[in-house]
Amino acid sequence: MWFQQNILSILIWLPVLGAITTLLTNSDRTARLVASSFAIVNLLLCVPLYLGFDSSSFALQFHEKRLWISAYQIYYAVGVDGISLTMIILTNFTGLLVILAGCQAIKLRVAQYMAAFLVMQGMMIGVFAATDAILFYVFWEGMLIPMYLSIGMWGSSNRNYAAVKFFLYTFLGSILMLIALLYLYNQTGSFDIQHYYGLHLSMPIQKAIFFAFLLAFAVKVPMWPVHTWLPDAHTEAPAGGSVVLAALMLKLGIYGFLRFSMPIVPEACAHLAGLMIVLSLIAIVYIGLVAIVQTDMKKLIAYSSIAHMGFATLGCFMVYDILHHASAHQDAYMSLEGAVVQMVSHAFGSGAMFLGVGILADRMVSHSRLIKDYSGVAARMPIFAAFFMLFAMSNVGLPGTAGFVGEFMVIMSAFQTHFSVALVASLTLILASSYTLWMYKRVFFGPIMNQEVTTMQDLNWLETTNYVLLAIGVFLLGLYPAPVLNVLHATIGHLLSLSMPA
Amino acid sequence: MMNFTPPLYSAALPEIFLLCMASAALLIDVCLKERYQIITYIFVQLSLVAAFLLVMSQYHDYPSSIITFSGHYVVDKLAILTKLFVLVASFFAFVYARQYIKERHIARGEYYTLGLFAVMGMLIMASASSFLTIYLGLELLSLSLYAMVALQKNSGVASEAAMKYFVTGALASGLLLYGISMLYGITGSIEISTLGTVLQSGLHQDKVVMLALIFILSGLLFKLGAVPFHMWVPDVYDGAPTSVTLFIASAPKIASFCILMRVLVQAMPMMNATWSLVLAAAAILSMFAGNLLAIAQTNIKRMLAYSSIAHMGYALLGVLAGPASTTGYSAAMFYITTYVIVAAGAFAIIALLSKQGIELDQLEDYRGLNARNPWLAFMMLLLMFSMAGIPPTVGFFAKLGLLEALVEAHYVWLAALALLFAIIGAYYYLRIVMLMYFEEPHETLMEHRITIAPGIMAAVTLNGIAALALGLLPSALIDMCRLSLG
Repeated sequence: MWFQQNILSILIWLPVLGAITTLLTNSDRTARLVASSFAIVNLLLCVPLYLGFDSSSFALQFHEKRLWISAYQIYYAVGVDGISLTMIILTNFTGLLVILAGCQAIKLRVAQYMAAFLVMQGMMIGVFAATDAILFYVFWEGMLIPMYLSIGMWGSSNRNYAAVKFFLYTFLGSILMLIALLYLYNQTGSFDIQHYYGLHLSMPIQKAIFFAFLLAFAVKVPMWPVHTWLPDAHTEAPAGGSVVLAALMLKLGIYGFLRFSMPIVPEACAHLAGLMIVLSLIAIVYIGLVAIVQTDMKKLIAYSSIAHMGFATLGCFMVYDILHHASAHQDAYMSLEGAVVQMVSHAFGSGAMFLGVGILADRMVSHSRLIKDYSGVAARMPIFAAFFMLFAMSNVGLPGTAGFVGEFMVIMSAFQTHFSVALVASLTLILASSYTLWMYKRVFFGPIMNQEVTTMQDLNWLETTNYVLLAIGVFLLGLYPAPVLNVLHATIGHLLSLSMPA
Repeated sequence: MMNFTPPLYSAALPEIFLLCMASAALLIDVCLKERYQIITYIFVQLSLVAAFLLVMSQYHDYPSSIITFSGHYVVDKLAILTKLFVLVASFFAFVYARQYIKERHIARGEYYTLGLFAVMGMLIMASASSFLTIYLGLELLSLSLYAMVALQKNSGVASEAAMKYFVTGALASGLLLYGISMLYGITGSIEISTLGTVLQSGLHQDKVVMLALIFILSGLLFKLGAVPFHMWVPDVYDGAPTSVTLFIASAPKIASFCILMRVLVQAMPMMNATWSLVLAAAAILSMFAGNLLAIAQTNIKRMLAYSSIAHMGYALLGVLAGPASTTGYSAAMFYITTYVIVAAGAFAIIALLSKQGIELDQLEDYRGLNARNPWLAFMMLLLMFSMAGIPPTVGFFAKLGLLEALVEAHYVWLAALALLFAIIGAYYYLRIVMLMYFEEPHETLMEHRITIAPGIMAAVTLNGIAALALGLLPSALIDMCRLSLG
């Protein structure tokens, strides 16, 4: 069926088409309606994608390949494996949430807002689906344009600075990756990412490529010390923008490590895994400490995102140590799967919390995000407080919620490398609870100090729908992660065999 | 003595045709009353279209290159493609100029006639196969441009710009001629094909030949507006009427690039060690100075002038990577062509926003353009991102081609440097987008209704969409450039 064969292209381009349609509408109401319907259809399209996916195979599925630019042998080539399938579904899910949240929160230039986020969604799916290096890069960079606009147009007071900083930072990160890709093209005569696997390059070249990729992906993750764009961008962006940044854009970095760094330059990765582990631990502990002292809720969640992403990078690069020490394949599996699950669960947890801050700020005349401006919110908004508690718990990593699964898997496998690594990583259990719960306490409990809080309305139906959807995600992944893990298993096994130094 | 062979006139048909039409336009315009001057405009535009069709037919008639007019004139794929690009760019430049010069009462008949002579000069440059024809075409172009800059008689800055352009341009022509004469003294020939073979016989070691090369190169770099011969660019771009700036920034770049190819690649391929070095220095300095100085500008025309210096630096990268890679020259050609499309669009929008003698060419005037005219702002956004080289606009593929050639030629460090400068460049392009989209317009600007004739709006739309469409489907244009430069 044509529909099955081209489903990835449809998923990529339908939101873009939706964006154009939205721009053509002449009232805010229709713009909201059109954008939401496109987002819903796109999410529904994920059902046949998931059902049609053969999880026992590691091969790329739903493959489409057409010659795009003959002069350089660049193909329009898309396909999915377990990891990209998971991320594509997550993208569509988050996309819908953001559009729905935007329906409520955005009053100014609605059509342009919806269009920007739909385009971003399409680009993001493109990044996860692309199997041609240049196509990947086009989507990777192309998505900066709508993100830049969304931060700058609907952000808060210091948005110009944040938008430009975001753009230049990520642009700076990507350029060396482009040169690395061109170098690989000159080695293989092809831009097909699969052709870059198993090249057996010399060590100095591998290291150079590794660092070129590292800069690109580390900026996106973001890893310490190139994380400074994130608190600014997250804080100034509109709530929807923060959600997309946290839930999806950060994942691109990890995805890059899994798709590019580890299989293409395995020897360099094995050699430099120690460095990556140290950087990840710094992110977990140091950034966790920084999060505690934040006074701005969005900044706090932003820093907590960096710390959580530290777990994902830790899970990725621990595998080399695990196999080196114990050659226990099972633990290496668990480590990598933990990293991917962490990506998904963090999307639910932090996405929901960013939405929550948006909901709170919307109800204040000053749109304040400062913790001190709120207290006793739970008394006025009990439903919201309950939901927020759930997501806060997921952020902390309470068993039964999504946040627990990934962290647990990574920490468990960390014991196979070195006790100290596991010990330091485990500190997050204390740090995450401190910053999350302390913030929760100050915002939701205590006496009402601010007059504005007394007039706050609880969630309306749209916000409740959003939160119910997210809560389902958090519980599903927390209690029954098998559907996700099944899809990942074959792919991760294949990735492990590719990423091991010969 | 050689036998005299009559030249193949049909090969030069487009130029001959344009000469007739330009002369006719002069006569027609004199007889017309002021209000019928649209006839001159239509006549000139139709001439360009007809010339375009003539060149198109040559594409089929001359499948392999021929040299005629006693070795002074060549018709090959490079010449044909350059002519096509020049004609299209000039056509758009005249479309954009119409409203602008009408509102400012710039002598209209002369404007188009001079423009037509300039186009003819560019066609001659494209087909030049000896230094004599190169010089002939270049001077025809330059003299017409000097006059066009000065056409706004009541504007002091325009006259000043014309004067600066003329004086420095004459100096550059002198340099070029001096280099040519030295080369002629040594080799006894000014024909490009002969020079290529003569220099092959070991002469290229000669110090005087190198000196001649440096002089010629200086002249050409001046015409392209690359550092260190860039001083005229900001003043002329800024001072000239915007419609003329648009014209200077577009078609002549392609024609100048074509003669650069002829001189360096066809006449002096043996000396690539020398000219690669010179071009590397010029390219790095251009990217550096162009991008850095552009940041400090508050006038958008001046900013784009510095940006054009930087873009020429990028294009030179392709040329210097050319000898050691398979795709360097065609990548440079692609870069220049797409830059011309984008630059023409950007200057067109600047020209359109300025109203009845009020020049709105400060960056501040772009504040909140999205609120005033979303479509125009979106076009500008596409053009700016294209200049910055962000996919999916065409600017990215232009840079990609250059970088690929550089990496292939083992200039990885130069590729990294080029990208570093691209980030600096991105800053000031982003700033325009920032002003247009993130800010609300001033009250005074809100009163200025933006009224644009539908035809011109269509042209701008075509131009802006081209920046996106060529980015989504760049294959055909890349193949064309490959075809012309092997």
